[in-house]
Amino acid sequence: MAEYAKFTEEMKKTHTILVPNMLPIHFKLFMNVFESYGFHCELLESESRTVVEEGLKNVHNDTCYPCLLVVGQFMEALKSGKYDPNRTALMITQTGGGCRASNYIYLLRKCLAETFPQVPVVSLNFSGLEKDSAFQMTAPITLKCMYGVLYGDLLMTLYNQCRSYELIKGSSEKCLQMWEKKLDKLFKENKFTRTKKIYKEILEDFAKIERSSVPKIKVGIVGEIYVKYSPLANNHLEDFLISEGCEPVVPTFMEFMLYWAINKVTDAKLYDAATKGTPIYKGAYKLFLHKQREMIAAIKKHGVFNAPHDFEEIIENGKKFIGLGVSMGEGWLIPAEMGALAASGTENIICTQPFGCLPNHIVAKGMSRAVKEAYPNANIIAIDYDPGATRVNQENRIKLMLANAKAAGGLH
Amino acid sequence: MNTYALGIDVGSTTVKTVVCDEQGTILHSAYQRHFSKVKETVAGQLESILMKFPDVQLRAAMTGSAGLGLANSAGIPFVQEVHAAFLAVKTCYPKADTVIELGGEDAKIIFLTGGVEQRMNGSCAGGTGAFIDQMATLLGITVDELDKASLRATRTYPIASRCGVFAKSDIQPLLNQGAAREDVAASIFRAVVDQTVAGLAQGREIKGNVLFLGGPLSFQKGLRKAFVDTLGLSEEQAIFPEQAPVFVALGSALYAQESRLSAKTPQELLRKVQHASASSEVLTGDCLFESHEEYAAFVDRHKRHDLKYADLRTYQGDAYLGIDSGSTTTKLVLITDKGELLYSHYASNEGQPLDRIAAKLKQIYHDKHPNLRIRSSAVTGYGEDLIRAGLSVDHGIVETVAHFKAAAFFCPDVDFIIDIGGQDIKCFKIKNGAIDSIMLNEACSSGCGSFIQTFAMALGYDIGEFSKMGLFAKHPVELGSRCTVFMNSSVKQAQKDGATVEDISAGLSSSIIKNAIYKVIRAKSVDELGKNIVVQGGTFLNDAVLRCFEREIGRNVIRPAISGLMGAFGAALYAKEQAQEQESTLIQPQALQNFSYSSKNVRCGGCTANCLLNVIRFSDGGRFVSGNRCEKGAGIKRETEVPDLYSYKYESLLQLAKQQPASPRAKIGLPLVLGNYEQLPFWHTMFTKLGFAVEISGESDRKVYFKGQHTIPSDTVCYPAKLAHGHIETLLEKKVDFIFWPCMSYNVKEADTSNHYNCPVVAYYPELMRANHSGLNEENFVYPYMDLNRPKNVINVMKRTLAKYNVGGQISGAVEAAYKSMQDFRQNIANKASDVIQQARAEGRKIIVLAGRPYHLDKEINHGIHKLITSLGLAVVTEESVAQLGQMPKLGVLNQWTYHSRLYRAAQYVTTQPDMQLVQLVSFGCGIDAITTDEVRSILESKGKLYTQLKIDEINNLGAAKIRLRSLLAAMK
Repeated sequence: MAEYAKFTEEMKKTHTILVPNMLPIHFKLFMNVFESYGFHCELLESESRTVVEEGLKNVHNDTCYPCLLVVGQFMEALKSGKYDPNRTALMITQTGGGCRASNYIYLLRKCLAETFPQVPVVSLNFSGLEKDSAFQMTAPITLKCMYGVLYGDLLMTLYNQCRSYELIKGSSEKCLQMWEKKLDKLFKENKFTRTKKIYKEILEDFAKIERSSVPKIKVGIVGEIYVKYSPLANNHLEDFLISEGCEPVVPTFMEFMLYWAINKVTDAKLYDAATKGTPIYKGAYKLFLHKQREMIAAIKKHGVFNAPHDFEEIIENGKKFIGLGVSMGEGWLIPAEMGALAASGTENIICTQPFGCLPNHIVAKGMSRAVKEAYPNANIIAIDYDPGATRVNQENRIKLMLANAKAAGGLH
Repeated sequence: MNTYALGIDVGSTTVKTVVCDEQGTILHSAYQRHFSKVKETVAGQLESILMKFPDVQLRAAMTGSAGLGLANSAGIPFVQEVHAAFLAVKTCYPKADTVIELGGEDAKIIFLTGGVEQRMNGSCAGGTGAFIDQMATLLGITVDELDKASLRATRTYPIASRCGVFAKSDIQPLLNQGAAREDVAASIFRAVVDQTVAGLAQGREIKGNVLFLGGPLSFQKGLRKAFVDTLGLSEEQAIFPEQAPVFVALGSALYAQESRLSAKTPQELLRKVQHASASSEVLTGDCLFESHEEYAAFVDRHKRHDLKYADLRTYQGDAYLGIDSGSTTTKLVLITDKGELLYSHYASNEGQPLDRIAAKLKQIYHDKHPNLRIRSSAVTGYGEDLIRAGLSVDHGIVETVAHFKAAAFFCPDVDFIIDIGGQDIKCFKIKNGAIDSIMLNEACSSGCGSFIQTFAMALGYDIGEFSKMGLFAKHPVELGSRCTVFMNSSVKQAQKDGATVEDISAGLSSSIIKNAIYKVIRAKSVDELGKNIVVQGGTFLNDAVLRCFEREIGRNVIRPAISGLMGAFGAALYAKEQAQEQESTLIQPQALQNFSYSSKNVRCGGCTANCLLNVIRFSDGGRFVSGNRCEKGAGIKRETEVPDLYSYKYESLLQLAKQQPASPRAKIGLPLVLGNYEQLPFWHTMFTKLGFAVEISGESDRKVYFKGQHTIPSDTVCYPAKLAHGHIETLLEKKVDFIFWPCMSYNVKEADTSNHYNCPVVAYYPELMRANHSGLNEENFVYPYMDLNRPKNVINVMKRTLAKYNVGGQISGAVEAAYKSMQDFRQNIANKASDVIQQARAEGRKIIVLAGRPYHLDKEINHGIHKLITSLGLAVVTEESVAQLGQMPKLGVLNQWTYHSRLYRAAQYVTTQPDMQLVQLVSFGCGIDAITTDEVRSILESKGKLYTQLKIDEINNLGAAKIRLRSLLAAMK
């Protein structure tokens, strides 16, 4: 492997770690966790045209859009003069699967080698890759992040359910911001484990928002993880859907974590390849599942909002269409989520994907037909995102889907 | 006062309006091109409505792909266009089952019965009206003429319609090789139909009563015919409504009616439209020239690079002729022995390059001084072979070399050349006086001259006028820097948002440059390009484009005044270098007067490929054959066969598959696709040992592809995967007991790699097949998961899989034999590879490692590139046969795919062998190769080797491949 700058223990004191903002609500919580372990992080939120231009300049144009955006965002930040390259590091997620995404970190390093060789890149992964970095997802950090995921999921879910119906414009946003601040404090004070109490308070606060009772068309968003969540990548899809009078239904991030953990167990079974790590993944899966169920129970008990799907239910839905061995990218999770959404009345589904995404040939476009056969009313469209695809084109396609939903009397 | 409904449909190229009464009767309709002046056109039509119906109230709704912005700013309700069409169909044709609508840049399909489903083209404008326009331009005829010509066709050729770019690269060689225009025209329409079936219907059958809508389908009879014939519709089933062009506008009127939108007077509506403000969402850049003075200085600076001129009529002495028969244009140059320009010609070849060049040559003979003697001649470009054969030109020269010669004439220490022509971009770096690396645009012709031209025409301007408009544009729009098709939609958006034609013109010039730099060259910094840059090609004659280029790279470049003629000029210089004492072979004036030719098509019987040959006979008795992949078709016999491992390996696999047990217990179908090209020995041995007969799906060809086309759900997946659908059809026809095709996340671990995955498509394609082919079920399609690195796992899985056949006890033995068979097969290939290398070295041949994936062995995937290489006298080996001889080099990427890691080792091995070069085969749409190609390039270039990449897909056009290979050959010398 070619030589590159490594993130050392000393750099914790001197360096700011730049983090691309994949999930606007969640990542703010993660920052807190990293901060508490001595890593100084900053979220990158730039959405200027330069991001795309830097991306096009720096990576092979056939590389997937998420990679292009993340690299573009980093390069823009480094070139902006806002950060001292001698005191800056970059953080990127690494999934470690058979999809191209595992290679992002290498492509990023390739770009850096020419202009900013001194800037180290830290990998955010749970697969034990990059052992020589001072940034490691140790068990305590992972655990703490898990809580970040749970709260992030809850906030995201409630926020989406309120924002489409709020009577006073901006009231949901206000509530969200208030809780972001509160959680920030709770994480700093290490008081974040009292989930029952906190969930209840969050639910009650969101329930106070004045909302219209006129039902709206629900639109599920599934797809490649970065494009699905990042407004930069999906041209603010959630906002667009709300402006069109719809309620966006976005599956939780915990589902991806559960998917990732259970895959390790599934692979061990499929390929007779259990290792010492297998029980650990199994344990992680059980823990995540238990924690998410607690959150779901809290929402149901409160009784005002729709809770996310139970993950085992999602798995059962997936099995109808595809083998659980399909583990690259978002794999079987995409058709499983489509099925779960359709089964629970969210029949309009947008599948977001980077143009030319390899796993999505199989799991997204490849499975639409099967999902539609099982749920004849399902109204699924795949939307490709890349630097050349224009917003007007994407929005036209979504509008077509919505027209379809309305024609079908799609108010559920 | 009457209340009527008004529908306004603002499409990408046209505006349509319909006024109808409460009963839906059309009282007025209009259809008009808007040439990007959307607001004005709509206002104009409203004015006519006002004149015709001064005292009515109108319920109005707007629709159409370019109508959203105007609708919002004018405060007129908007209805999605497919929804509008849907309403009109329900009202006028309740019995329709399917609606197909082709518009300017949109293509849509609505399935009405059996689950309503509406689809429109995504990020691709292939198969739309714009595509047909583009093709007509390419043929140099109007769309009407194209339509009429198509009706006289006698055959069709396969043409890709996925995007205009690919279609062009299919059509151009056909034209250059003299295919009849009628047949090409019909093929274009056929391609549109194929695109609709493959791209839009995506697995859903088009049947029943089909309603055809949109401009192209109502005006073009040939297109109608192509649809009706291909879909097998009866006269009653194919409905072409009279009001088709305004059908969507009618739907939008019906929407206004049905929704009881508030009625307004025509005056009010007109006022709203006139006062609609253009929204300011458009991204704009800096203007190209601040002032006319700045422009004048720019022009002055570039004037310096010009040739000296001499007069054809008075010059006496030796002269040299250079011809560049390009993809869309023809260039001729005649120079003196001092390099002075005597004659030049640059014009569109109008699809008839041979005729054009012969005519120009006649003119030269006629005009020249009697004492001017053409000592030698040379031809380059796509049409090289044809022109050389037809006009007995002395020499042929590879384009790249011709361009280099010409550039060096103007700038002896040139180190970077970029040539942007009608539809190709060629860039090359020069090192030590030789061409070092070549970059061609293969996947995409965005950023080429013909794009601006088509666009200028679509907007109603002449190309020269159009590009000048951009020079002083105030706010050039930022358009995408991707493919032509995407640029279309960016322009659509800019138009929608009120950008002026000037701004669009400047924006297009800048896009072209960005494409060339970031997509074709993929430069990270200007220094990477070089210090002495020569730009050429017709497109650079456009000052706006030149300015954008200098801007983007931040330095001045040399543009010779004969920028568009550089290929021909280089050929003339070459002719001069090569001039012999004896007379030039060039066709003489007398013979030229009587010159004529005829062309016909025949199937070659030389081998099983059965290439379709186009044979041209010239009046002097000579002939020219094209369409052949090897020398057999051209009627040439070689004394010794050039060693070729591709053919050997392919034949060996087919041979192996023939062995069958005497009385099989069942018949298993094994699709010969993707990973099975590697694993055939394994599965074949295992199953035959267990007493099963193994039927492979057989060899691929275009027909196999078409057979499975209707079940392909993702039209952007790679061709090797798409072909699999046809193979499954074949196996079902063969009535096998079940088809076996395992899923495998992991491939075999081979060398020191971080992981050993399959790519997602190879790993899980069986899952996709099962979900998209209604003929497959649990019984007849078996696709278990397993890991070949774990024999125990394979045994367990196979025991479960074959439980009902009671072969459990024999499985572990069969699996053991299977592993051995795979091992033996690989050893056999490795041994043969060393034979090939030895033989090549004994014969003094250079060796090419043609590096791809195991499935690139498929002749429908590689299009016979290995044969093309051997026809140039080079031996061919496969990547995996030499990978094991190489070391794993240091990599800058994660090395986690088995097939791909072979590329790295093969490349490393090539760097240790002076007589070897590597050519990488890349299937279009292969995302993983976006990573491997850069890495393989850097491994090779770090040790001074050349990197050559050939991008392949379903298009069977070896033109670009040939240029690259010949340039490689020239550089190897």
